[in-house]
Parts: sequence; C-alpha cells; structure tokens
Amino acid sequence: MSGQNGHAHTIVGPGVYVAILFALLAGTALTVWASFIDLGFWNPIIALAIATTKAVLVVLFFMHVKYSTKLTKLTIFSGIFMFLVLISMTLADYISRAWGSW
Amino acid sequence: MPDSSAIAHDAPEAGGIPHGEHPPYLRHHFASVEQQADTANFAMWLFLLTEVMFFGGLFTAYLIYRNWYYPAFVAGSHQLNVYWGTLNTLVLICSSFTMAMGVWCAQTRRRSGLVLCLILTFILGLGFLGIKTIEYSEKIEKHHVPGFHYSLQSFLDPDSDAAAKAAGDRPLPLDMARHTEVYFSLYFLMTGMHALHMIIGIGILGFMILRARAGAYTAGHTTFVLNFGLYWHFVDIIWIYLFALLYLISRHGA
Repeated sequence: MSGQNGHAHTIVGPGVYVAILFALLAGTALTVWASFIDLGFWNPIIALAIATTKAVLVVLFFMHVKYSTKLTKLTIFSGIFMFLVLISMTLADYISRAWGSW
Repeated sequence: MPDSSAIAHDAPEAGGIPHGEHPPYLRHHFASVEQQADTANFAMWLFLLTEVMFFGGLFTAYLIYRNWYYPAFVAGSHQLNVYWGTLNTLVLICSSFTMAMGVWCAQTRRRSGLVLCLILTFILGLGFLGIKTIEYSEKIEKHHVPGFHYSLQSFLDPDSDAAAKAAGDRPLPLDMARHTEVYFSLYFLMTGMHALHMIIGIGILGFMILRARAGAYTAGHTTFVLNFGLYWHFVDIIWIYLFALLYLISRHGA
C-alpha cells in the first residue's frame, strides 16, 4: 500500500545520527575557538556561518528533510525565504531612515 | 488517547480499504498510512515556520539594537560566561542526538530503546535548564536583570567587575551604559522564550515516556514521536543561533 506520492519513508539510521552528532560537536568547538581570536569584522560572519551550517545539518538529517516530500521541502524553503525578505526589508528601512544620525 | 478516539469502528472502510486490512491508527479521511504520515509531517512544519517568524522577530530586534547601541551590547555580552554557554550548547546537541535515536527506535519498534532515549533526552533537557538557572542567578546577584534594581556599575566602572575587567572593557558614558539594559532585556526575552519552549518540551517528554513504556509508539504509529522530534530539534536550532548571537560575536570589539 504505497502513498499517493509514491515514495517509501526512509528510516534514518544510527550511523547518520552519530556522524551528525560529531559534526555538530566539532562545529561547536570550532565556533568557540574562533570567537577567542580577534578577527574584527569577520567574527560575527564566521560565528553565523558555522551556526547556519550546524542548523542545516540538523534540518536535513535530524529532522529528515533530506528524505521528505517535495511539498515539505518547498514549504520550508519558502518560509525561510520569507523570513529573510522580512529581515532585509526591516533592516533596509532602519539603515536608510535616519541616515548617519545613529 | 486522541488518536484512538478518532477511529470510528462502525464505519465501513478507510480509504476504500475494508477494516482488518488497514492498521487501526489509519484515519478514514486518508487514503493510506503514508499519506497520513506526510500530512502530519507537513502540518508540523507549518507550525515550526510560525515559530521561525516568532523567534525571527526577536532576532531582528536584537540585530537592530545591537547596531544602534553597539558598545552597550559588547559590554553586556562580556557579562555572559562563554563556558556555561558552550556546555549548554553541548548538552542540547546531545539531547537532539538522543531524540533522533529515539525516533529511530520508534520506527524500528524498539520499545526499551525508545524509553531509554526519551529518558536521556528528558535528563539532558533538565540539565540545560539547570545550567541556565546558574547563569540567571549570576545575573540576579549582579543586578543585571532589567528593572528598578538594575545596576550600571559593571559598565560605568569596569575595573570593579571581574568579567568586565577580564574582557578589558573601558568605562561607558552614562547614556550608553544605560542601553546595556536593552541588551539584557533582549537576553532574558530570547533565552526565556527558548527556556519556555524547553519546559513545554520536557513536559511532553514526560508524557511520552509514560506512554512509550506502555508500547504506544512502537507498534507502527510513530507520528507523535516524529513530530515531537521536529519540535525538539527546532528548539536546538534556536539555541545554536542564540549562542552565536548572545555569547560569541561580541567577544572582541569596542
């Protein structure tokens, strides 16, 4: 009895979970180590890049999105994209409204 | 339980499949177990996207105020203990791992394995809250909780404060020092909302442990465990960003 989407539900096994666990622990060690080095402008960018990498690993593997339906993938992408649009427009407003006086 | 109560035993068939030929947990408005599972998964993601927007508002506020009152936010961030923050990140990542293993146990019908994973997740969740309590009590002792008793001393006279002195902070002018209260307002709002999500999650975990011991999720119907797993991992992701934004990005600066 297969679903209308015609895909079988993949069961993600312990091997994948252990690999992701170690990747996340390594990412945490890396980001804390990087925070102790004064990289000026790059400190926040590196911290957020590592955080985003960790979040993507969690979403794809712990949350099984890599194995989910196209509908779910598209919906998640749309939601995140909408969030980025909202942040960008808010920041554009704040940056340009009182130019130079903050 | 809601799942079993939704099954109408006197209804003739489910999705055109006669009774006895479909699992008892297949609801009648779904064509198949897979369609039912996909729908539940999709709905959970819709809920999580509303949560993204909710926390996203807090993150945006933090971003804007940090740009406005940068020296105050750097000085405020220096009051956080990066070691407690790191330990809490590790605890939460491990709890996400045990939850993921719990999902696998449910899917492969390992009852005792599932109970063990849920109990470990429960304990790690409590551990996270315990460490957060230690951090909060440090803030209370130093009067860094926004309100009538808020103290500017650590920011007007950094040499009198061990954490500020260690970070090499310089005294802030009074108006900028006052804006550290904005930093701590956002700190307590964001970590507090995150902690509230943890408390709700731990409550649901307790309920799930009781049901899992009775074999509720290891007989094929794993939706509840899967969707709770999504929630728990989402809370983990929020913390990954909170850790970076509150603890890490302002260690150097000003």
